[in-house]
Amino acid sequence: MKVSIKIEGLFKEYKLGVIGRGTLYRDLQSWWAIKQGKEDPNSLIGANYNKKVNNILALKNINLDINKGEVIGIIGSNGAGKSTLLKILSRVTSPTKGRILANGTIASLLEVGTGFHPELTGRENIFLNGAINGLTKNEIMERFNDIVNFAGVKKFLDTPVKRYSSGMHVRLGFAVAAHLDPDILIVDEVLAVGDADFQKKAINKIKEVSSDKKRTVIFVSHNMNSIKKLCDRVIVLSKGQIIKDDNPSNSIEFYLGEVSITERTYKKIQFDKDNCPGGNLVRLKSIETRNSSNQLCSKFNIDEEIIIKMFFEVLKEGFNVCCSLFFNYFNPKNLSGDGSFYALDNYVKNKWDGDSYFKKGNYEATLVIPPNLLNDGIFGVSANIFLPPSNLDSALQVREINIIYFDIIDNFNKNSPRGSYPYDWQLGSTGFMIRPKLNFFTKFTSI
Amino acid sequence: MEEKNWKIVIKPSKGFVNINLKELIKYKDLITLFVKRDFVTFYKQTILGPLWYILQPLLNTIVFTIIFGNLAKIPTDNLPPFLFYMAGNIIWGYFAFCLNSISTTFVTNADLFGKVYFPRIAVPISITIIGLFQFILQFIFFICFYIYFVSKGLDIKVSYSILFLPLILFQIALVALGFGLLISSLTSKYRDLVFVLGFGIQLWMFATPIVYPLTIIPDNYVIFSILNPMTSIVECFKYIFFNESSIKFAHILLSCLITLIVFVLGIVVFYRTEKNFLDTV
Repeated sequence: MKVSIKIEGLFKEYKLGVIGRGTLYRDLQSWWAIKQGKEDPNSLIGANYNKKVNNILALKNINLDINKGEVIGIIGSNGAGKSTLLKILSRVTSPTKGRILANGTIASLLEVGTGFHPELTGRENIFLNGAINGLTKNEIMERFNDIVNFAGVKKFLDTPVKRYSSGMHVRLGFAVAAHLDPDILIVDEVLAVGDADFQKKAINKIKEVSSDKKRTVIFVSHNMNSIKKLCDRVIVLSKGQIIKDDNPSNSIEFYLGEVSITERTYKKIQFDKDNCPGGNLVRLKSIETRNSSNQLCSKFNIDEEIIIKMFFEVLKEGFNVCCSLFFNYFNPKNLSGDGSFYALDNYVKNKWDGDSYFKKGNYEATLVIPPNLLNDGIFGVSANIFLPPSNLDSALQVREINIIYFDIIDNFNKNSPRGSYPYDWQLGSTGFMIRPKLNFFTKFTSI
Repeated sequence: MEEKNWKIVIKPSKGFVNINLKELIKYKDLITLFVKRDFVTFYKQTILGPLWYILQPLLNTIVFTIIFGNLAKIPTDNLPPFLFYMAGNIIWGYFAFCLNSISTTFVTNADLFGKVYFPRIAVPISITIIGLFQFILQFIFFICFYIYFVSKGLDIKVSYSILFLPLILFQIALVALGFGLLISSLTSKYRDLVFVLGFGIQLWMFATPIVYPLTIIPDNYVIFSILNPMTSIVECFKYIFFNESSIKFAHILLSCLITLIVFVLGIVVFYRTEKNFLDTV
């Protein structure tokens, strides 16, 4: 089989932190080192880099051959490097090391409707958008009718797109993108937009594009159902590396099972003494999840109490301190983020701008989540510590996103809200975050 | 595996700058559409519409005539101040528009550049073309005034060197591209220059013989004025229509040389920046 894309030893490095005077100094330092034929001291790629380098490797040595006509899916949790890989493939940024060789034209559906000018009419925007994506005027003319029919905007062709509804906007954008007919098509989560009807249309279009086995499709999504439906082969990315390259069902199973567990911290996270996250006033020392018998626990039954404990140290006197915990819900079917909520500690009982200042020393904050409140699934816990009277989003001392996780398992207890209902509590692909015990009566009133 | 057997090669941005002219030609329709887009959207939702293209230099010229001509009484080589300032204004207007717009290429197009690949140079090139159309409109307007003054008995005539006008315009585009691409590349990471730009262009205008003739500069200092490539351009333009300039042929050659150096430098820096600007913008 003919190889359509060949990725060889691909690395991508990002610099973290704010650009300022320090960046200029390091830029000059790197430039000077390279001029002299030395290794860049500010890069993680290389034998002896500066220990203080504040960089991350988004991709680490990716090697991959994609055959012509293949529909390949890429899955991985947030920050695994999926988007970076797509950005390099669609040539909006370049790799730090390594190369990609491709045969044929590449077009991406990274975000539809990019480059639409609000003042131009639908017709003008079709031409502009087509040209941005590399079509010539004649090529767009050939496709014009198909695009208009697919988007269903015939009546509004001579209206500026700023008057379009957001649905029409997306449809027109996708219609242009879907008619680019590239040799290699990159699709990233576009299916998340538009109504159900349009999503169906979009999936069918991708199927149609890939069905003749002439085009290569690279498909990135969090939606395991569409990955399973569309792809011939799925690779799993984790921390910038390919950790699985297999058929869809094996890869998805691997991803949902192994990766999701290894990439999450459960039960307890304890920070080193000199590595505690936080500002100059408050430092987070550890966080843990316990069950009602005070044992460290990662999986809770739906009718069980969940206790989250957070230990922190106040380094200076004279401030109010308030803890909050954020919860992100991932539904068990496709692990997409489906909701969130947060809680504040008992500081809220004080006068908000009062002066009940905290003493220097160690503190323990405990949150108890009652049984039969949350639905089954995975919850990520983020810890925030801030200084009232500011609001939750400012004067932050600690903000650690999804640092610890816990799972809630449905044990089909008859005393839980489900009673005798025997089926899954998750309907369709929507995630339902809560399953509270409520009073809901039906009684006979008259004939 | 050999790279030349593949249609697309994606590599780190190191070493030699590879300018793919063939690809750029493939995208010529995109440049046309960018020009059309910006030309049309410039006056969308205005009452006076395209009239704004000529009102801008007209108002500028009137202000210059009042302040520099009537109040400051700066000599204009015995020419009517209005015509003198207008000539300077439209030629400078083309340059200032291009430089200003090109300098913010990366910052204003970050959103678009971040999602789709196309040769980034298409944007600056389209800007020079839009500027050219604006210039042509303003130039026609200028010719009307020119004919009016000649019919009033002003003794000036268009010299044969008008055949070089396209070359002069081309040189303006190159100077604007050179400096604009340099600034846009630098500002993609360090925004400092953005704050200086407006002021810098203004200062540059006063360093160029727009509101005064080159003849009032003492001979010893003329060479400094010539190092500014815009000086020779403005003087040549005035020579074509007013047959009056102290510029020498050697000066023109020097200005062309500086233009070329700046242009090449701008292109090289721009091509090196475009590959990774998304990480730093």
